[in-house]
Amino acid sequence: MRVHRGVRGWAVAVAGILVLSACSGAGEAPSGGGGDQAPDTAPGVTDDTVVIGSHQPLTGPAAPGYSKISVAARAMYQYINDNGGINGRRIEYRVEDDAYNPTKTVEVVKKLVLEDQVFAIVGGLGTPTHSKVLDYLNQEGVPDLLVSSGALMWDQPRKYPMTFGYQVDYLREGKIQGNFIKENFAGKKIGLFFQGDDVGRDTQAGLDKYIKDQVVSRQAYDPANTDVTPQLLALKSSGVEVVVCECIPAFMALTLLTAAKIGFRPQFVASSIGSDPATLTGLLENFAKSSGATVSAQQLLTGFIGVGYLPRAGLLDDPWTKFFKQVHDKYIPNEAFTDTLIFGMAQAYTFAQALKAAGRDLGRRKLVETLETTQLKGPALVPFAYSKDSHAGYSGAYLVRNNGDGTATIVEEPVVTDREGGAVEPADTDRVDPDQTGLLSG
Amino acid sequence: MSAETSETTAPAPPAGRPPTRSAIRRRGLPPVLRHLGWALVAFLAVVGLTLLTDPFTNLRIATIGYYLIAIAGLALLTGFNGQVSLGHGAFMFIGAYTVALLVLHVPGLPFWVDLLLATVAGAVAGLLAGAAAARLHGPYLAGATLALAVGLPAVTQRFPDLLGGSNGLSFTVHSEPAALIGVVPTTRWQAWVIWATVLLAMVILVNLSRGRLGRSLRAVRDDEVAASLAGIHVGRTKILAFIVSSACAGLAGGLQAFLLGTAAPGSFTVALSLSLLAALVLGGLGSLWGAFWAAIAFVYFQAWAEDAADAVNLPVNVANNLPLALYGTVLIVVILVFPGGIHGVFSRLRAAVRSSRSSSSDRSEGVS
Repeated sequence: MRVHRGVRGWAVAVAGILVLSACSGAGEAPSGGGGDQAPDTAPGVTDDTVVIGSHQPLTGPAAPGYSKISVAARAMYQYINDNGGINGRRIEYRVEDDAYNPTKTVEVVKKLVLEDQVFAIVGGLGTPTHSKVLDYLNQEGVPDLLVSSGALMWDQPRKYPMTFGYQVDYLREGKIQGNFIKENFAGKKIGLFFQGDDVGRDTQAGLDKYIKDQVVSRQAYDPANTDVTPQLLALKSSGVEVVVCECIPAFMALTLLTAAKIGFRPQFVASSIGSDPATLTGLLENFAKSSGATVSAQQLLTGFIGVGYLPRAGLLDDPWTKFFKQVHDKYIPNEAFTDTLIFGMAQAYTFAQALKAAGRDLGRRKLVETLETTQLKGPALVPFAYSKDSHAGYSGAYLVRNNGDGTATIVEEPVVTDREGGAVEPADTDRVDPDQTGLLSG
Repeated sequence: MSAETSETTAPAPPAGRPPTRSAIRRRGLPPVLRHLGWALVAFLAVVGLTLLTDPFTNLRIATIGYYLIAIAGLALLTGFNGQVSLGHGAFMFIGAYTVALLVLHVPGLPFWVDLLLATVAGAVAGLLAGAAAARLHGPYLAGATLALAVGLPAVTQRFPDLLGGSNGLSFTVHSEPAALIGVVPTTRWQAWVIWATVLLAMVILVNLSRGRLGRSLRAVRDDEVAASLAGIHVGRTKILAFIVSSACAGLAGGLQAFLLGTAAPGSFTVALSLSLLAALVLGGLGSLWGAFWAAIAFVYFQAWAEDAADAVNLPVNVANNLPLALYGTVLIVVILVFPGGIHGVFSRLRAAVRSSRSSSSDRSEGVS
């Protein structure tokens, strides 16, 4: 009896403490305490450095293809630092590997914010991963810039004032693809092949604004299952002539290989996330090697149409491509010069431009306000959609056809559109050259 | 936790018979209270530690907390009862999604009710899995639990609107009393909550493992026929072990969701389930202390290996895979050299110290 009474006493005491400690519900935000009046802060900024961080899949399922982005970004920061830095400060770039595992993303981002005290998170990669730190970064007031994902959720300036997208979002991209297909492949049977998450959902919403009645088959894939034969057989048997692929690079490569295996030769139109020919070539050769087959990646990729918003490795005449190639040759000559590398370099360059525009007297809120009010003109062929009311990244894209010999031809000049019902319109072609941005002039 | 040490060295009562009255008098307090006392000491130690360290280290301390209870549950199942589970990540998955769904859809519930329900959800899943597992042995059981770890996270693909598909769910768990906001950093507060919860659960586990259930578990592990001849219902005992163990895993998953504000299938891969078991083997299978060392190793080994890899400036590909390779190497070495795991090393050291001491004086109290 003595024992039992003792236990009960403890239980009551502990329960009491727990109840007292949590009067409100776990899902209800505590009221009051608006921190907008607090002075602007600048952790991670000293007289001569700015520390920034990023989470990237250096290992794990998303590493093939994406692990090189931070390599390229680091090369660009190195180039900038070697040329005097930004406003007299060097950029120190800390990359943490999250292996594309959301739990690890939360851990490493908290490490970057709490332990490394970064000024901003730049180019955090992935929708499943980055969505888990969105609340945290905005609560802590950490600028969360140039998120490497086309999801629509980054563009919520009211709810997430510190977060800015980077890539053209999936909805805009879908509209641009749909518009292009409607004009160039009128009357053809269209099949959709997409990743069964928000990538597929949002892109289809855009495509359906233009080619809903042309679509004869819609097939989804799950990134955990690498056999895409059933979906491609279904597309083939529906008599599909154009396949629109909303796939990550690994699945774009699998799709091309599987289609070749079953003798299915439609016109492929890929979204920007899976249309880097150099990355695809590497993956195709890898997959083919591990299955004991020999394929000509060049042959598979000839005629393949992709979406872009940055200059491409294949567009050799572009002044920015030339500039990135120089940085590549100097700092990371052993890496293959791919669109993925350009992605990382352009992202780093864009952040540096924002930092420059924010001025020597830095603050987190000031940086965010600068992005909202400054029209950054940089590497891309399309403008950013940034304003007080929009934190969406690039507002448009262009379409490009691979010639099979490493070069590419633009088949649709840069166009821009919005997230609503607006038309797809030609983009403002007023670009600047790398030496005209004034980034490194003092 | 420390109660365990004094327990293992104290004279164990003969199996099946309750401790004698004199034994209770000698120890002064009933075991439950003694264990609660030690838990309180341990909690104060954790609070002290969090006050001395920065917010990020607090986060790691909190992480050790929830892995401790997950691995301790596994220790009860695998170490005490001999049932191998390669699917404990699946029970953590259930706990995490329980908390996630409750926070998102029943925001009015206080967080500790969410955690309690996560434990219950884990226990229910354990009842179902255990009912099947009780009929399986060895590799078949391992295979069945592995299937659970592989298959269950895919449920999120089936119900993308409710469970968020492969992106999972994200949310914020508000638990800090208004009076403490701004005074105690969030991660410190979370570490306190997690350790208070985990230590309470550990007290229950320690008492279960020292009591009738614990003896039944070991009896079933050692010889099922002998156990059933002694009047132990073998199937029921195995199911009970599964329930307790998966309740712990459910709580651990719930605590992880509480701490990190995420529940996503990518976090509960087969690799997690396997590394929980590997960590337990590294820590020491037969004891709850083993779970403690395992949790520390689980969290800190990787962090140290990553820092070390960064420090020596290795090529990226090598540096990224080094922690796992090192972990594997250490695991192999430990199993070869110290089959009892880290805890085995400590208890051997302690035994050596004690025997040298008891040879010098005859007042050896506990060594039989």
